[in-house]
Amino acid sequence: MSTETLSGTDLTRQTASALASAIADGMVSAVEVTQAHLDRIGDVDGAVHAFLHVSADSALDQARTVDGARSAGRQLASPLAGVPLALKDIVVQQGSPATAGSAILRGWMPPYHATVTRRLLDAGVVILGKTNLDEFAMGSSTENSAYGPSLNPWDLGRIPGGSGGGSAAALAAYEAPLAIGTDTGGSIRQPAALTGTVGAKPTYGGVSRYGVIALASSLDQVGPCARTVLDTALLHEVIAGHDPRDSTSINAPVPRVVDAVRRGVADGVRGMKIGVVKQLGGKGYQAGVLESFDAAVASLIEAGAEIVEVSCPNFEYALAAYYLILPSECSSNLARFDAMRYGLRVDDIATGAEPVSAEAVMSATRDAGFGAEVKRRVILGTYALSAGYYDAYYGSALKVRTLIRQDFEKAYAAADVLISPASPVTAFALGEKVDDPMAMYLNDLATIPGSLAGIPAMSVPCGIASDTSLPVGLQVMAPALGEERMYQVAAAFEADYVRRFGGIVADGAPELAVAR
Amino acid sequence: MVHLAQLARIDLTTDELDLYVGQLSVILDSVASVSAVTTANPGVEPTTHAAGLTNVYRPDVLVPGLSREAALAGAPATQDGRFRVPQILGEQE
Repeated sequence: MSTETLSGTDLTRQTASALASAIADGMVSAVEVTQAHLDRIGDVDGAVHAFLHVSADSALDQARTVDGARSAGRQLASPLAGVPLALKDIVVQQGSPATAGSAILRGWMPPYHATVTRRLLDAGVVILGKTNLDEFAMGSSTENSAYGPSLNPWDLGRIPGGSGGGSAAALAAYEAPLAIGTDTGGSIRQPAALTGTVGAKPTYGGVSRYGVIALASSLDQVGPCARTVLDTALLHEVIAGHDPRDSTSINAPVPRVVDAVRRGVADGVRGMKIGVVKQLGGKGYQAGVLESFDAAVASLIEAGAEIVEVSCPNFEYALAAYYLILPSECSSNLARFDAMRYGLRVDDIATGAEPVSAEAVMSATRDAGFGAEVKRRVILGTYALSAGYYDAYYGSALKVRTLIRQDFEKAYAAADVLISPASPVTAFALGEKVDDPMAMYLNDLATIPGSLAGIPAMSVPCGIASDTSLPVGLQVMAPALGEERMYQVAAAFEADYVRRFGGIVADGAPELAVAR
Repeated sequence: MVHLAQLARIDLTTDELDLYVGQLSVILDSVASVSAVTTANPGVEPTTHAAGLTNVYRPDVLVPGLSREAALAGAPATQDGRFRVPQILGEQE
């Protein structure tokens, strides 16, 4: 797409990189770009419900700052200056309410910026608003949000995945070209797969978590989302890097992922060894997903990659280990919601003559303020950590985690990157799995091993399933700090897909009815 | 279950207790496989953390934090510039 043709076209259909160059060249102003996306949100978000809060005034202010810098002849703050973004509502932004999808934080105004928010604003990225998620990022569909689910722009009767379903839906509905997600067990990758968009979970510690409401601290990671691999990489470089305010943040240079994308487009995957994980396929995977995945493997072979099958036998136990580690850590992290310093407080408790105790207020508040899935996981974690059960449950899960890491190490001795479907199924119907927690947990089958090992992994769209006519995601996984080869393979795959089909998968999303 | 809910400081209703007892036993049955794996692989060390970081230190210098007003702004109740909370200690404590 050439920037000369930008005026008169729909700005919301452009990529972030095209918008950024058009803004830098003065073809269009950041205010026009921002307003176009705010209008789009006004038109379609009534149906999609990707956003919990839209910050129109502050977004336009940020855009005016970028336009002012440009007209004053100053160099723009970053390669994404003036481009709008949707921020998952688990990352705090001062001046904008933060809920984490929970009723317990309804109306809470965070008193500071997360480091990610600060970096975005410093880079001139325009924050449109906060996107919907499963409560405290616990879920795979956004149906656990206290504010109602987001819907999948490909089919409004289906969910967009979760927990970052709002961010992914905003991208697929062309409400924003960029979004931020967080990934604990697949909350960036699975929604990306289900909406035909791109989402990357960096290496654990690659992006600061200061100001990100914690779910499971040994797993949580912030990451970039977009409709193309290049846009995802550009955003990755804006948000990644060491932060002294997060003691788990890696003190090492940020991987050069934008260069890696250019290399992937120019050089492809010729000569690379790509491992197909035997255990991430077959039983539990939808036929249409496997068919798309096989076609992706075939195209990688055609492009000159060497495909090797790798076996990771302990992945079979990854889901079990994850659903012990996560509840254990979240039961501890969520203890901060004690009704004392911020958030909801329920204290109209009848106790007769006795004064109401802090403990009774805390218990009543948490019953009223937490949703069903949060309660389930907090209680499960409390159980897994309790005396007498600790060794059998939490202790064993940590050992399984070691075995999974060892499986990855062996696999990476045989392959540069590993691939699998990013989600075992395409987008499912609203309400289909909401009463069956175990069925919901199976959505993370393919993404959890990478989370437990802390490696980088991303989902890039690889086609449309023939059985459901919905998007399928290809997961690309690399060793810790191996983001460059991950992005190279994803970019090469995407470029090949565009050559063969004439566009990216997201281009095929149906037109949404516009409410005016 | 009632005891766990108390430990977790969640005042569950009877209906919730009934629902979760069933659901949690299904989940626990499905995750119990982890102990068999570790029995089959003796000597495996636990992984508590993906990145294997060691202690992180910083210089012990004063940096500005939140103002009192900002810290109290989201509180459910305040009094005299402090958090106002329900009774924490009982009569005998």
